[in-house]
Parts: sequence; C-alpha cells; structure tokens
Amino acid sequence: MSIVAPPIAAPDMLVERGGLLAKLHEWVVTVDHKRLGVMYVVAGLAFFLIAGLEAGVIRWQLAAAGKTFVSPQVFNRLFTMHGTTMVFLVGIPIVFGFANYLVPLMIGARDLAFPRLNAFGFWAFLFGGLLLYFSFLGGDGLYGAGSAPDVGWFAYAPLTARAFSPGNSTDYWNLSILVMGFGTVATSINLIATTLTMRCRGMSLGRMPLYVWMMLVVSGMTVLALPPLSAAQIMLLLDRFLGAHFFDTQAGGSAVMWQHFFWFFGHPEVYILMVPGFAMVSEIIPVFSRKVIFGYPMVVAASLAIGFLAMTVWAHHMFAVGMGAPLNSAFAASTMLIAIPTGIKIFNWVATMYGGRIRFATPMLFACAFLFQFLCAGLTGIILSVVPFNWQLTDSYFVVAHFHFVLVGSLIFTIFGAIYYWFPKVTGRMLSERLGRWHFWLFLIGFNLTFVPMHWAGMLGMPRRIYTYPADRGWDFWNLISSLGVPFQVAAVLIFVVNIALSLRRGAPAGSDPWDAWTLEWSTASPPPPYNFETAPVVESRRPLWDLKHPDDPDGPHE
Amino acid sequence: MRRVLAVVPTPSMFAPVSTPAFAIREVSFLVLAIVTVIFVIVAGLTVYAIVRYRRRPGDDAREPPQVYGSTQIELAWTVVPFLIVIVLFLTTARYIFAVERHAAPPEALEVTVVGNQWWWEIRYPSLGIVTANELHVPVSDPARPTPTFITLQSADVVHSFWIPQLAGKMDVIPGQRNRTWVEPLTPGTYVGQCAEFCGVQHAGMLLTVTVHSKDDFARWVAAQQAVAADVPAARAGRDVFTSVACISCHTVRGTPANGVFGPDLTHLMSRATLGAGVAPNTPENLRAWVNDPASLKPGALMPAMKLSKNQLDQLVAYLGTLR
Amino acid sequence: MVCLIVAEASLFAVFVVAYLYDLGKSLSGPSPGEVLSVPILGTVCLLSSSVTVALAVRALGRGAVRRSGAWLLATVLLAVVFLTGTAAEWLRLITREGLTIGTNLFGTTFYALVGLHASHVIVGLIMLALIAVFAWSRALRPSHVERVELVSWYWHFVDAVWVVVLTVVYVIGR
Repeated sequence: MSIVAPPIAAPDMLVERGGLLAKLHEWVVTVDHKRLGVMYVVAGLAFFLIAGLEAGVIRWQLAAAGKTFVSPQVFNRLFTMHGTTMVFLVGIPIVFGFANYLVPLMIGARDLAFPRLNAFGFWAFLFGGLLLYFSFLGGDGLYGAGSAPDVGWFAYAPLTARAFSPGNSTDYWNLSILVMGFGTVATSINLIATTLTMRCRGMSLGRMPLYVWMMLVVSGMTVLALPPLSAAQIMLLLDRFLGAHFFDTQAGGSAVMWQHFFWFFGHPEVYILMVPGFAMVSEIIPVFSRKVIFGYPMVVAASLAIGFLAMTVWAHHMFAVGMGAPLNSAFAASTMLIAIPTGIKIFNWVATMYGGRIRFATPMLFACAFLFQFLCAGLTGIILSVVPFNWQLTDSYFVVAHFHFVLVGSLIFTIFGAIYYWFPKVTGRMLSERLGRWHFWLFLIGFNLTFVPMHWAGMLGMPRRIYTYPADRGWDFWNLISSLGVPFQVAAVLIFVVNIALSLRRGAPAGSDPWDAWTLEWSTASPPPPYNFETAPVVESRRPLWDLKHPDDPDGPHE
Repeated sequence: MRRVLAVVPTPSMFAPVSTPAFAIREVSFLVLAIVTVIFVIVAGLTVYAIVRYRRRPGDDAREPPQVYGSTQIELAWTVVPFLIVIVLFLTTARYIFAVERHAAPPEALEVTVVGNQWWWEIRYPSLGIVTANELHVPVSDPARPTPTFITLQSADVVHSFWIPQLAGKMDVIPGQRNRTWVEPLTPGTYVGQCAEFCGVQHAGMLLTVTVHSKDDFARWVAAQQAVAADVPAARAGRDVFTSVACISCHTVRGTPANGVFGPDLTHLMSRATLGAGVAPNTPENLRAWVNDPASLKPGALMPAMKLSKNQLDQLVAYLGTLR
Repeated sequence: MVCLIVAEASLFAVFVVAYLYDLGKSLSGPSPGEVLSVPILGTVCLLSSSVTVALAVRALGRGAVRRSGAWLLATVLLAVVFLTGTAAEWLRLITREGLTIGTNLFGTTFYALVGLHASHVIVGLIMLALIAVFAWSRALRPSHVERVELVSWYWHFVDAVWVVVLTVVYVIGR
C-alpha cells in the first residue's frame, strides 16, 4: 500500500506525529474493502481475547464443586457476555471481514458494490460492540440495578421483562445487537450485489470459487434470518419501555413466542457462522492436497440445500418446551435431513485429499483437525436430533460440548487456518511455520481437554449455566479436566499473537503466490494494490491460475 | 420424620429407574451405535487419506492426477445417509409418541409442580398436600403400574423440570401447562435440578425425588396430611412467626399463616435440605437461613428478617417442631 | 434493493405472525371488532400513490423531469393523507376508546404492526420528497431514472405490506 499522507500544515510539534495521525485518519475514513476486512478481523480477534478471558474465569470457577471465586451474579454476566461476544463480536465480524477482503479479489472486481455501505456496516458493528461492553460501566452505578447483561446470550422471555430484569443491563444487550444487526444485513446485501453483478469476464456462477458460492449462501441466509431477531428485539424494547405485552404471560402474551422468533434467527445464525468455515476449508484443502475439489457441483448444491433447510429446523432448540409430538417429530425430521448436505461435504473434502500429495503446512494442520472435530460436532448434532435423547441432553453440558465443537473445534480452527493461509496475501509476509505448529498442537490439546469431558458431564445430568454444583453428583472430575484445558489454549493463543506481531515485521516475504494456489487473489501482488488488479482478469475455468500454470491440461474441458 | 440426605447416585441418564428414562436409554443405545459406526468409518478414511497420501521427501514437483468428481460415488454417499436418516427418524417418531402420548392409568397419582424463582412448589391435589422441593412418589409395579403424572406450571419465568434417572426434562413455562410422567420401578432417592436458566440462583434450584414402597408412601402421605404440630413450649416462637410478616409469604396448615409466595412450612422438618437443596436442614443452617437467606443462597428472594437474637431463637425453636 | 425488500419482508412477517398468533388472546380491554373501522380513504390514497410513483418513473424515463416531479409530489401528498388518517385513527383509539400499546395484547400487536408500517411510509415519503425537490431544482436528470425506479420499488413494497396489514388487521382480525 503506498498511499502518501497529504502534507499537513500544522505546528512543528505535530510534524513528527503527522505520519501517525494521517495514517490513522486513512483507516478511519476508508471505504476500501481490504482495509475494512482487516479492521473487522482485527476487532474480532480483540473481542476473541476478551471473551476468552471471560471463559477462563468461568472454567476457574467451575474447576471444583462449591467454589466461590465469583458470585452468581458475576458468573451469570460472564457466561452471557462470553456467548454474546463470541457469536456477535467475534464470529460474525471475522467471517464477514474475510468475505469483505476476499470476495472482490476472488471474482476479479475492484471493490464491493457499495463501498460506503461497507464502511457503515463495520462502524455499526464496532459501535454495537462498544455499547455492549459499556454496560459493565454504565449499567451499575447510574441506576444501581444491574451491570452487564446476565440473561444468557439468547435472553429468554420473561426473564428479560422489566419485572425480572430491572435496571438497564438487558437493554444494553438488546440495543447493541439491534445496531449490529443492521450492519450485518447491510454487509450481506453488499456481498450479494457484488457477487451477482461484478464478476469478471468469463466467470459464470458455475466458475466462482467455492468460497464465493458459500458466502453468497451465507449472505442470503443473513438477509432472511437477521430481521426476525431485530423484530423480536423491537418487541422486547416495546415491552420494556412502552408497557407492551408481547412476552408478558400475565396479559396473555407468550414466552414461547420469543423462543420461536429467536431461534428462527438463531439457527440460521449458527450456519451463517459455520458455512464460511466450510468456505475457507474448501479453498485450503485442495491447494494443500494439490488436487481440484472433488465434486464441485455437488458441494454447491449441498451449500444451497443447507441455506434453504437451515430455515426449517429452528425448533430443535425447543424440543423440551412441550410443542407436542407432531411438531417435535417434524423438526426432528428436518434436522436429520440437514445433516445430509452438511455431512456429505466432509466426504467431498476427504475425497479431495485422497490420491493427492498432501503438504502439512499450518493451514492444512488446522483443516485436518477441523475434519475430525466437525465430524464429531455433526454426529453429536444427530444425537441431539433424536428427540427423546434430546430430552435428556438439551440444556445440559452435552449441548455445550456440541456447540463448542462446532464453533471452536470447527469454526475457530478454520479461522486460524485461514489466517495462516491468507496472511501472506494481506501483509506480504509469511507467518512463522514453527510458531504455527506450536499454536496448532497446543490449541488442539487444550480444546479437546476442555470440551470432550463435557459430553460426559452432560450425560451425567449436569445442566448448563450453573455457577456451581454439589460435590456429590460425580461431576467434579470431568469439570477439573475441562478446566485444565484452559492453560493450553491460552498459551496457544499467546503464541499466535506473538507470531502475528513478529511476522508483521520480520516474516519472510511472501510474493504474490506463496502456496502455489489457483484462485484469482493469488494473481495480484501481496498486499494487493488499492485497485486490486492491473487489468480486469478474464477467466475460462474455476481455477484460472491452474490454467496458466498448466496450459497443456486446463480445467475447462473437465468441468 | 426427619431424614438425613443419604448419598445419592449420580444422576446419570444411563442409570434409569423409571419407564420413560428406560425408553430414552434404549433409543440412545441405537443412536450411539449408528453414530459410532459412522465415526469409525469416516474418521478411518480420513486418517487413511492423511497417512497414505502425504507428501514424501522423495516426491517430485508433479501434480497428482486431478479427479473432478464421480456422479456414482456422490450419489451413493448421499443415498446411504438418507436411508440412515429414514431409519433414525422412524425410530425417533415412535419413541416420541410412545412417551408423550402415554395415557395415565386410573391408579396414576396426579401431582402439580409449580416452578418459582428458585424453588419448587409441589402439590398433591387429591391428597390435600402441599410441600416444596422434595417430590415423594410411590414405586410402580410393572404388573399394575402406578405412575405419577406431573402438571408443570410456572409462577414467574421459564424453568425446566429434570430428574435424569426418572424422565427426560420438560420445561416449566408461565402461561402454559406442560405434562410429564414418571414410573419408577425401584425405591430410592434420585436427584435433579432446574435445567433452564432462570436467574441468579438457577444453580440453587435443586430437586430430589424419593420413591417409596407402597406402605412407606402411605405413611408419608398421612404424616404430610396432618396439620402442624402445636407444641406448647414453642408457642412463643409461633407468635413471632405470625407477628413478623412470615405469614405473608408462608403457609403453616393449622395456623392462620396461609401465604403463597414462599414454600409451605407445615412439615418443614421432614425435608432434608433448605433453600431447594443448597444446605442440609440442620438447626445451625436453619438459623442462618432465617437470619439472612443470602448467607446460604446469595440472591434468594426471601429478605433477611432482621430479628433480635431472642426472636430468632424462639422462631427457630418453633420451626423445629414442624415435623 | 431486492435484498433490502427481502430483509424488510422478513421483519414484517414476524410482526404479522405475532399479530395473528395473538388474535383473540387479550384478557381484557377493547377488541378489534369493537373499535376498528376499515381506513378506506387512506388505503385508496396509498394504493393510488403506487400508480403515481410509477407514472413519475415513466415520465423521468421519457425526459419529462418537471412532470416527473409533479407526479412525485402527488405521491407524497397521497402518502401524507394516508399518514394523517392513521394519526387520526390512533388519536381516536387512544383518547376515546382507551386503547394504548399497553392496554392489552391487541393494543400491543396493533400499534406495533401498524406503527412499523407507518414508520416505513415516513422513510419512503422523505426519500420521495427529496427526489421531488431535486426534480424542481433541476438536479434530477433523465439518466437518474434507474435510481428513482429503485426507490419506487421500495414504495411499491410499502404499499404491498399495507395490503397485508389491511387484510390481517382490518379484515381477518375483526
């Protein structure tokens, strides 16, 4: 990047700082998709560290029965903020941040369709995040009744009613997510418009990288699924501030209605988080196996199926609510059905590796761990779809294990892999492979130590969201092991941060295509110039760089 | 009768004692078997691919053969899971209907459980009994079943009623009546707790279920149906009770106290714990609770009564007579 | 714009579902049949405004910028009549019938749904008014016709939502 700071007619004392101020100013006013993408990911990683800290305290409190390290009030705020932060301030910004950066590059475009809307999306997210965390300060003291939100990340009614949540903590949760939601919908609209209208010449929909396809599906899901959350939150606002009765059971309102509306958003949301992970892995595995993805059309079809089916399974979070046997059965059916397109993707990835020449650079290590951990996550998902079994496992630590296998074991692992893979493109430097290996193995051990025993604790009757537990229930041992996984993860993340800091200054120069990959982003400089491509690319297959490197055997005729 | 909380078994869903819990364990074995087989196959293939096709030091820089797909293989690995899903779904539906639509036989016991923040009110409408936090039911004989059917209501927010060894959980939702049932086949005491986050002391909303033999259950019912004991030596304490606002929240049958916001205390001493399981029911704990409930259960909704030492002594002595 | 409309449709759908689900569940207070009367004038105005905005787009496409501005003005005026009608209805409901958002479930869902729609009418009205101003100040050019057409789509959507609200609240609900 070589944008020169404009000369500032300033007093002498500012001349030295003129460089820094000007640089900061560039970043604050930018509408460049690459810079916004970086800002999203950096902010997301910062929140990751904070939410990780919250989890660390939770695990310290639960390491043994009857601990009093934190009060129940503080503990309830911790798990609420941990969940809310990880979903809305880590997962969403990082996956959309990557899409922001990569989609235009992968389709040969200059930027997103609406650059200013893009900037709006980022600042809406950041403002929402700061608003949420302001609750630690602003809630207590001002009104004396409440601090950070403590109602759980899905904030069931009527616990969120004024009667049961006095003060403003719930309102911070409500408003911050409402604001962030608008930003996310805006970004999704941007991605859809970009993908549908700004592909370079020759790139039909059937020639887009799988990453772009999956982000298109994710954006479609967001446009459909986020507004219901906003609607429910507006209803909650009306209840709390204007005396409305949407969720007021004393006036005929319905507590279950909140659950339906929330999960109608909430389930697609977890696919909105996870599918980008699939997208990243669908780029990484072929490159490091040295083979084209096996079954591109089916992977696209499966992704579209997931996008559609994800809107039909929401009440599988509510099997214990008493919806009745017919509805329980219907949602069991749809949930089991969605396992199919999700599961066969694993087969496509493994089939890609089969017959390849696999190179285990750090991105591939994370991708391989993802394969096993996502397999577990999917299978525990199938277990949870068997409704009577669900009646024992829902709201227990088994579910906590399941969704952490999805969101950490699968999503975070793919995000780490993606960072190692695309960091050279973004910065022009390679991350250290040695530190990367330490990061990988420590995190793998720590993650599994923490979350595998939780399956068992759940089956032994341990419910979720409890700040302590009796000593005679047989849960102590498993909780201790879970807590022992924390130092490994902390060490791993520290090494990761050090890796980034060191590599930014002293990493090996990457060149435009350090991994010998095949999609368009690798055809331009690292980092790319502001306009992305010298001349607009023209493509003739799904792997334009493969065609260039293998003119004797281009992809086109095989597709 | 005063009991000590015996060492209770771990509330494992794999140690069922009641018909619905047995059914759940049955279906869980099938599911776990299917899932294990899938895991072994898929993980096995993945390990094989990783090991067999890793790049070796002697490899040249040539790219391996590019395989773009295979319609037959992809069809197969879509159809087979689909068949598995059909089997799984049909099994699941069968168990759903079997458990949910199980009709109550005429000898079934009806109980109403009302979830409160953070304790359980338990009513036996046909027996005229109201108690709290400890559910007592008769054992059921497979030849002539006497299950207990439970109607679940909430006085405030959403809770969830869960005793893993007896049944799957069922949410307790304000404005809605849910039904669940247990059919315990072995006497004993089993534990559970609230399973839906309901506020500050969600973790302190524990539950025990004591399954009695038929005779023992009849004895327990008779004891619970009796009105509160009137011990002359404790009358001073009873006067404290009636004068210091206790009666606005608590009921003691046989006295003017008929408040409904807190647990029925008529037979308080027959319960093994205080505060829905947070502390054993000992005189020291009872005294600490009455003096300041938050000392045993931070966030509990019962206020500290700010009694003088004398009042406290008399009151605790009175409560100690409510067997 | 299509995506925005889809997102907004999703938003409105949830309020409509809540309205339908809560019909008849009020424990006390006025019921729809007792206090609602079909807002015929407002509906006619709003639906006609779809016609006028379409005419505005067509005029602009043909280069008749001032005529386009006139049609836009007509659209805005029709919308204002609609909003006035809504305001008058709310005034009557609140002061004479005693129905507020907190009175009962009907009040809650009614004001939320109709209010959400009205807020979207206001936003659309501001956008159209701005374009009308641009037309009169000569800033608007025939080359802008595509952009104006997109705004008109938003307006058509708002009108379509009104048809749904009308049916659900004033026909089915009563």
